[in-house]
Amino acid sequence: MPVEIAASPPAPPALELSKVVKSFGAVVALRSGTITLEQGSIHALIGENGAGKSTLVKIIAGLYRRDAGSFRLRGEEVDFHTTAQSKAAGIAVIYQEPTLFPDLSVTENIFMGRQPTNRFGRIDRKAMRAEATEIFARLGVSMDPDRITEGLSIADQQIIEIAKAISLDARVLIMDEPTAALSGVEVERLFAVARSLRDEGRALMFISHRFDEVFALCDTVTVMRDGSYIATESIAETSVDELVRQMVGRDVAELFPKLPAEVGDDVLVVEGLTRTGVFHDIGFTVRAGEIVGLAGLVGAGRSEVARAIFGVDPYESGSVRLGGRALPKGNPRVAMARGLALVPEDRRKQGLVLDESVSRNVTLAIRDSLATAGLLTNRAENAAAAVWASRLEVKTAALDAEAGTLSGGNQQKLVLGKWLATRPKVLIVDEPTRGIDVGTKAEVHRLLSELAQQGMAILMISSELPEVLGMADRVLVMREGYLTGEFPRAEATPEAVMFAATAEKEDAK
Amino acid sequence: MTATAAPPAKPTPSPATRAVSHLFKARETAIVIALLLVVIAATLRNPNFLFSADGFRDLLLTPSLLLLVAVGQAIVIFTRNIDLSVGSVLGLTAYLTGRLFIDVPGIPIIAVFLAGIIIGGMLGLVNGALIALAKVPALVITLGTLYIYRGVNVAWAGSDRINASDLPAAFRGLGTGQILYIPILTIVAVVVLVIAAWVLRNLRSGREFYAIGSDPAAAHLYGLPVTRRIITAFVVSGALSGFAGVLYAARYGTVSSAAGTGWEFQAIGAAVIGGVAISGGVGTVWGAAIGAYLLLTINRALPILGIQDFWQRAVLGALIIGAIVLDRVLALRQSRKLLEIREEGR
Repeated sequence: MPVEIAASPPAPPALELSKVVKSFGAVVALRSGTITLEQGSIHALIGENGAGKSTLVKIIAGLYRRDAGSFRLRGEEVDFHTTAQSKAAGIAVIYQEPTLFPDLSVTENIFMGRQPTNRFGRIDRKAMRAEATEIFARLGVSMDPDRITEGLSIADQQIIEIAKAISLDARVLIMDEPTAALSGVEVERLFAVARSLRDEGRALMFISHRFDEVFALCDTVTVMRDGSYIATESIAETSVDELVRQMVGRDVAELFPKLPAEVGDDVLVVEGLTRTGVFHDIGFTVRAGEIVGLAGLVGAGRSEVARAIFGVDPYESGSVRLGGRALPKGNPRVAMARGLALVPEDRRKQGLVLDESVSRNVTLAIRDSLATAGLLTNRAENAAAAVWASRLEVKTAALDAEAGTLSGGNQQKLVLGKWLATRPKVLIVDEPTRGIDVGTKAEVHRLLSELAQQGMAILMISSELPEVLGMADRVLVMREGYLTGEFPRAEATPEAVMFAATAEKEDAK
Repeated sequence: MTATAAPPAKPTPSPATRAVSHLFKARETAIVIALLLVVIAATLRNPNFLFSADGFRDLLLTPSLLLLVAVGQAIVIFTRNIDLSVGSVLGLTAYLTGRLFIDVPGIPIIAVFLAGIIIGGMLGLVNGALIALAKVPALVITLGTLYIYRGVNVAWAGSDRINASDLPAAFRGLGTGQILYIPILTIVAVVVLVIAAWVLRNLRSGREFYAIGSDPAAAHLYGLPVTRRIITAFVVSGALSGFAGVLYAARYGTVSSAAGTGWEFQAIGAAVIGGVAISGGVGTVWGAAIGAYLLLTINRALPILGIQDFWQRAVLGALIIGAIVLDRVLALRQSRKLLEIREEGR
């Protein structure tokens, strides 16, 4: 045992992580994960997307094993191989989207697999129901223990997860962005429950992007950035400004060579786009030669807006105009023909046919124009593909190699090539540099920049703040389905964008 | 705690619940009513359908064997699987029954029943093990064993068939005998049904069948013994089919290598008509049992009602599709209702 905590307080911390490291291959997801959860206290964990919060939670939950560092539970060093071990040690993790049995009753969901039984193994329904009722009463929520969970709101499903944790007598509760899908009333109720659990002496960890919630609920806050621990502050002694600074605190390096471009006419005009529950009243324009960044947190509805514009997803009201003409909704074929291209977020699933050759993939969107009398020859495909492969500097063994064999960065170039081959007027790119190495990232940025210079209108969705700030002429910010900010390049500071992406609208004034 | 300050998200959760539980009750009531209507209609046309000794007996007896197979099938479907091999298992064990009486003179009847149940269970074990351990879809595995088990049966029996005269009278008496006007087979089937229903409702293992079918991923997260339960479901389905196979021999006396052909579809049809969701997690063995009665009773009533042979099959098909469409419509209406309640609470 290390001696450095010789002056240990009477009650050891409920959970203590120190300098925990986790990497996947060459990618280091967590450089230095450090957090201490005290009993009877609520601890917030905040940080940008990719700061390493989820990795940290997964290590605690037993989903991942740490490479280095120490992990103590009530002073004892632990090492979980499975989620069952973590559960048995009294840790409960409540995810944003709970996993329940939709066809079974609320009570059964709480007790499945460990229902109270009598001597003969018969489930004691009365006792089970009574305990469920008691837990809900203790939590101060009204929930019918007999109804099936199908159709319950996310908020109610989380309450069931919490009830499960209580019936297991979990001492440590971790809530990973539990409020992301909740309404105001539901958040209030969750907070009341969290406070009552704290008062029972349990340790809680609360991950959230909403500062008002962190300040309303938590006692302590830990900030993470780029996989590393930055600071732990008492809520009483810190401020939103300070936390934002700690979260983004890095230079927006000139890694992103934005070339000056002539800005022309409005090409893409979106007005009042609404899909209930997903995005509301979204309106913006993208002009020729302009890169517009669309920033926000994961789940803010940005990809959904892009998909609706392109016509893959439906929308209820609003309009999309491309080059002055209205674009019919729900018709990606017409959108493509009119010069709209969408490079999706998940390139492996939505962008590429992994089992097909590089050249087939590049020419996928222009097959019709390549064909002679309806027949497509390998020669025509390879010739067209060669042009784009060399222009984008795709590194591949051969044009007929399977797309799945390429590296992430080269796959991304391939998807870009596929859409650029259609010679679009408007290019929508969703997370164009996710999961690709720094060198290729810079190439993608240079390419986008060049395209804008040649007069293409580009809408770039990105969760990486430096990328958005470095590349975009204008930055739009979405939060929970609403457009919450629009900043010209000069005014788009990390703090302003982060604030629009996270803070409640009421506070933004 | 003073958490009562937080108002409930839903002002009135109980109507929704009541609607839901009502729905489930209504699902089984609906088939019982349909069954009664069919019986009444057929009886009005021909009073012998119900009011003759044979008519009443047939009404209860004919669906009893299918009931056993349908109960096993329902348990498999609860786990979001399917067992297409039940008809072949039934045929094989029915033939086995006859062979045992012929080849082992004086064999106790109880030994024949045990043999049928155990062989059936082992054939089910083969299904379950391949599905749960090798993670191959049940549809594919049991389609394969449907042909394999039937192939074994044909190879074994050839053009040979078991005749009633091969079977001991005491054994055949089981197939046709009655106690207080109730056929013995029906009593046996109902006893099995009651036991299955009790287990599914009152034991942890029983509830876990539903949980696994409701959300397999969640079942893994909960740490439920998924593999073991799926294998168990197939063993039960096989054992019940084997049991039904022995009873088939007792009931009909003649067993050819084609015995039980097509029973898998009747069993699935019975379960579906009885409100067992093909996507798992929903339904009761009671529903499947009543579904078996409705399916076969309609089958017998249609000729009496003067419906031509060709249309009889179409009617059965329409019944199955109708049941699924009804379930889907009800499910949609229910989820919309629940959503409305939720939106109001927001």
